[in-house]
Amino acid sequence: MSTRLTEEQKVVHFLNRTSFGPTREEVQKVNRLGIPAYLEEQLHPERISDSLVEEKLAGLKTMRLSSRELIELYPLPRQQAGQQEMMGQQQMQGPRTVILELQQARLLRSVYSQRQLYEIMVDFWSNHFNVFSAKGADRWLTTAYDRDTIRPHALGRFKDLLLATAQSPAMLFYLDNWLSASPNAVVARLAPNNPRRGLNENYARELMELHTLGVEGGYTQKDVQEVARCFTGWTIRQPRSEGTFHFEPRIHDTGEKLVLGNRIPPGGGMEDGLRVIDLLSRHASTARFVSLKLARRFVADDPPPSLVNKAAEAFSNSAGDIPTVLRTLFDSPEFFSPAAYQGKVKKPLEFVASALRTTGADVQLSHQLLRYLGRMGEPLFLAQPPTGYPDVGASWTSPDMLLTRMNFATDLIANRIPGSRVKLDALGDKDAFARLIAPDALSTATRLALAEIEGSQAIALLMAAPEFQRR
Amino acid sequence: MNSSRRRFLKSTGLGFLALGLPPAFLVRAAKAQQAGKGKVMVVVFQRGAMDGLNAVIPFKDRTYYTLRPSIAIPEPASGEDRVIDLDGFYGLHPALAPLKSIYDKGHLAIVHAAGSPDNTRSHFDAQDYMEIGTPGIKSTPDGWLNRYLAEKKNAESPFRGVALTAQLPRILAGSASALTLSSIDEFRLRNEAMAATLQRLYTSTSDALFRFGGQSLFAAMAELRQVESKIPVSAERYPTGRFGASLAQIARLIKADVGLEIAFTEIQGWDTHVNQGGAKGQMANRLKDLAEGLATFYRDLGDRVEDVVLITLSEFGRTARENGNRGTDHGHANVMFALGGPVRGGKVYGRWPGLAPEVLYEGRDLNLTTDFRTVCGEVISRHLGQKELAKIFPGFRTASAPLGLIV
Repeated sequence: MSTRLTEEQKVVHFLNRTSFGPTREEVQKVNRLGIPAYLEEQLHPERISDSLVEEKLAGLKTMRLSSRELIELYPLPRQQAGQQEMMGQQQMQGPRTVILELQQARLLRSVYSQRQLYEIMVDFWSNHFNVFSAKGADRWLTTAYDRDTIRPHALGRFKDLLLATAQSPAMLFYLDNWLSASPNAVVARLAPNNPRRGLNENYARELMELHTLGVEGGYTQKDVQEVARCFTGWTIRQPRSEGTFHFEPRIHDTGEKLVLGNRIPPGGGMEDGLRVIDLLSRHASTARFVSLKLARRFVADDPPPSLVNKAAEAFSNSAGDIPTVLRTLFDSPEFFSPAAYQGKVKKPLEFVASALRTTGADVQLSHQLLRYLGRMGEPLFLAQPPTGYPDVGASWTSPDMLLTRMNFATDLIANRIPGSRVKLDALGDKDAFARLIAPDALSTATRLALAEIEGSQAIALLMAAPEFQRR
Repeated sequence: MNSSRRRFLKSTGLGFLALGLPPAFLVRAAKAQQAGKGKVMVVVFQRGAMDGLNAVIPFKDRTYYTLRPSIAIPEPASGEDRVIDLDGFYGLHPALAPLKSIYDKGHLAIVHAAGSPDNTRSHFDAQDYMEIGTPGIKSTPDGWLNRYLAEKKNAESPFRGVALTAQLPRILAGSASALTLSSIDEFRLRNEAMAATLQRLYTSTSDALFRFGGQSLFAAMAELRQVESKIPVSAERYPTGRFGASLAQIARLIKADVGLEIAFTEIQGWDTHVNQGGAKGQMANRLKDLAEGLATFYRDLGDRVEDVVLITLSEFGRTARENGNRGTDHGHANVMFALGGPVRGGKVYGRWPGLAPEVLYEGRDLNLTTDFRTVCGEVISRHLGQKELAKIFPGFRTASAPLGLIV
């Protein structure tokens, strides 16, 4: 490959990274506006009208309900399954609907939203701040988590997003902080049957390991315990009926703490946790770790250290302003380098959404599409470990996953997937299609194979081919 | 490819196949030349960190009851919901009852206070270390099961190493090809007419990730088509859920003689920070799924159990003391199970380090007395016959005398 991308490659590359896949219309739009103006528009999603998505989502009424309403209207079919049932995907009829609508909405927005970069960031943060929607009360709390916690801050400031997740009932439940209490709290001692009898380290550890500093970010086991003490009392008011954040001073540990060398004086309340959020969001390790992950999402599995440094600097200098970090990434020569072109493997959601976008498929509410995502390894909102879904190619190219992708491509073009409809005569010719995938970068084998077939079969082959698995 | 096979391909006019893959009948012919049926090692990963102290309970260590006032399992006595005595010191959680008869028959061994020596309490890092087989060293590029496959080159079956998971786990990633398979019956291209073309694209691409996955995929699909009429359906009813289903598929692959040597599966849901439960409850439900799955697998294998050793891994144990929420936090040493015909079972192996505050690891967790690599190494050398372990567990020299886990 030459040492520079062609103009056509640049546009496709840019759209491959900042959206769920290029379409003819978007390519034309970038050509008209130029990449910088197009990017600025995408960085201000509030200025982009999104009526098609709103229309598509109109039927999903759980998306507009509060946690309290969801708990009331969608109870477990038999009121017995409680905490013990962690996997819980089998028997629930009520909350099953809630999660299904959430999944549908995510897929529809990925395909149809005009605010594509925003949707990419929502997906990014949903994995960075993962919650497992099938865990206990999170079946009803994840809808609000997506709508009121992640979405308002996806292109805002990192600190605001971090605080919003720390105070979100969904995260408090998922990582158990809602039950963490000072062992010395009077309520704990007076009520030996109260499950809140002491410290729980789960949230404190993942907060530093996964949300901010990174596992090598320079904290100790002692820091984990101290941070857990700071967050005692950050809990949920009635998780099974009201489900809102609440600070409970009676279970807060008011002693002195030492977090990453910073003394937090005794006698504090909710501000102890706020101090920790502030400390962590300004920490150099956080700037580095979050920048590394963003560079991994947008540029390469193993991004050049020069780029990560630049992004981390932008993060620190802008006090964690996410659009500033993104501009730094997209402005960099590393982003438009031939090494980065086609360098990322699409995650299943990216693969499915890009297939639906490029073919201009008409997507209705579809269980079958969601099931396909599950078989490819990415059932939406159902990543159990706090790491969320991985963002490196080797995680998504197992033989079984490749088989499912090939079957999806041929099923989609054969219109064998209920809920999605491809207008075969409107697909256009195969060469134009190939230019949307990887201009001037198809392998010889793919070009030869393509020369032998015509029509929709050629499109199916292109989408099943290795090139379309990359972005 | 060896020269005699190349000659054979030429002389039969099958040269074009050399581009892609050895045809299944050749693979089978090569296999038939090997004496006997293949030995199999199955690895079950319990992701999330099982609480080993409540799975195999040291009920004679009184400190156990002091540390766990609300989640301890009552000592053995008549009646339900009590520890099932194994040897007067250790006993099984009551939900593990299906394993008791296998233990009594001598086909189930337990290693207590076992695990990874690294002190990380991150799920992700600890799982990684256990899968790459070099605790503390992150740069190891491949998994130790893959290194076994790469070192010991047997017949070229595409089924030598199979993970019954969607994602190829770290433990099986590396230079040797490994398969992922979620369902034997659905392991086929839905558009057969495109098969030859797709095979060509994926096996000839310069994109290594896809070539690698594609080669395994198409080799396995070709082989499966040859033998599928001979793959038996399960004779036993496995517990519902992913774990049981994956063991059922492993048993079918073993019985079908497709050249399986290494199988991997996983069972999730062990991260019991809150309301872990005691004899009943959250963890008991996971143990029940585990035990019923393993016991069904054991029955299903019938005579073939003589060729199989299954071991369990979990990234670390949990705190010796219960936490403030009737659960346990991330800890250190754990318990491992080994099941199969060649296992010298009916015994709990490993030195018990005790639970007194001064002997706890970092003052809070069960100390480690057996490295998981000692256990896995014995299975690889004694059962699979790969005596040279330096490449499989680089830098590891087992400190203790061999456990003698394998007959």
